[in-house]
Amino acid sequence: MSTSHVLLGLLAGGPRHGYELKRSHDDRLPQAKPLAFGQVYATLGRLERDGLVEQSGQDRDGGPDRTSYVITEAGRARLGEWLTEVEPPAPYVTSALFAKVVVSLLASGERVATEYLVAQRAAHTTRLRELTAVKTDSAATVGDVIAADYAIAHLDADLRWLQTTLLRLADLNEEMNP
Amino acid sequence: MNTLLQGTALHRAYGPTPALRGVDIEVTEGEIVAVTGPSGCGKSTLLHCLAGIMRVDSGSVRYRDQDIGLWSESARSKLRRTEFGVLFQFGQLVPELTAGENVALPLLLGGVKRREAQKTAEEWLDRFGVAELAGKLPGAMSGGQQQRCAVARAMVTEPRALFADEPTGALDVLTGEQVLGEIVRVAREKGMAVVLVTHEAQIAAYADREISLRDGALDPTGLGLRTRA
Ligand SMILES: Nc1ncnc2c1ncn2[C@@H]1O[C@H](COP(=O)(O)OP(=O)(O)O)[C@@H](O)[C@H]1O
Ligand SMILES: [Mg+2]
Repeated sequence: MSTSHVLLGLLAGGPRHGYELKRSHDDRLPQAKPLAFGQVYATLGRLERDGLVEQSGQDRDGGPDRTSYVITEAGRARLGEWLTEVEPPAPYVTSALFAKVVVSLLASGERVATEYLVAQRAAHTTRLRELTAVKTDSAATVGDVIAADYAIAHLDADLRWLQTTLLRLADLNEEMNP
Repeated sequence: MNTLLQGTALHRAYGPTPALRGVDIEVTEGEIVAVTGPSGCGKSTLLHCLAGIMRVDSGSVRYRDQDIGLWSESARSKLRRTEFGVLFQFGQLVPELTAGENVALPLLLGGVKRREAQKTAEEWLDRFGVAELAGKLPGAMSGGQQQRCAVARAMVTEPRALFADEPTGALDVLTGEQVLGEIVRVAREKGMAVVLVTHEAQIAAYADREISLRDGALDPTGLGLRTRA
């Protein structure tokens, strides 16, 4: 996820201080990692340099968190592009799970790879249960539910992969360590 | 917590086909346990044996520390009617009866007066969001509506254990999620234990704990590892 585009999106509703941007980011995307203030100001600095936002005012007491920003026409155009752009499907080679299986076969052998897969499945299953509890909590908002749905769907895909990989492990080991 | 159900060294075959090969399982009061594993691994057979619907070839099923295999058929039938609820993939409502009559049926069989049974049935239909269907026949309802009625029927006697075999398997994802969410919510509210059979990880995640089977035996890895002979 791109923080700069999300900040542009939050500014589309009107000028905001950096502090308000952080607050509204964390409220709207509760399942995302909270933004650090430093990250907000660094991102605003880059957006300003690229002409996508500009300073629109400063409260009397000054200081960086009292500067408010407004989105520019170029910023709106960039935001519009981002919103219609398809994200590149994540290539499986970046997955740490995949890398670990291959490396453990190379370095340690089938038993270690199997133990890893079993332990990883247990961790995924526990997380799946926690996210399901988030969803079924009577206090859950629709936003909480769809954020949990997203994570659940990915964990479920990983779990299927863990299962089939285990069944293929002996063949993979054969192929890698003939 | 107290043990509600305990299956020990359960064996069961269909003719020459072994379906359970020495399964141990324990369910405590109010606990939700998922039974998972690939198709044909023995999940449904285990559920039928635990629910006293099917006899085991060897091993024992104990309910509140009593071996129900030693009971007469009529004692087991009473146990099923009063302490257990069962729910299958397809609702299996009586087609000639309205939703209200279907849900009232277990209460009437248990000797509850008609008026009171009807009132309780309506409360349970309401709990599962289908109060307005009370007068309808199953044939006039959608799959999701039928399944909600079936859930109400399985829970109306407030059994100590609910046995659910792929209860949302025939429903679309969102309806399945709602039905399952409601089952879990009501089970927790009433302290009912649930044995939930499923082959899907996302469904099993509604349970407190998961037991995996492979080829009729426990699979502690949950990954379908073959138990080494
Ligand atoms: N009525 C039956 N007659 C013969 N074989 C059966 C019968 N029911 C189940 N089986 C066999 O017993 C095994 C376990 O079946 P089942 O308990 O239905 O598994 P699951 O519910 O996990 O798919 C399978 O090999 C299945 O083919
Ligand atoms: Mg089955």
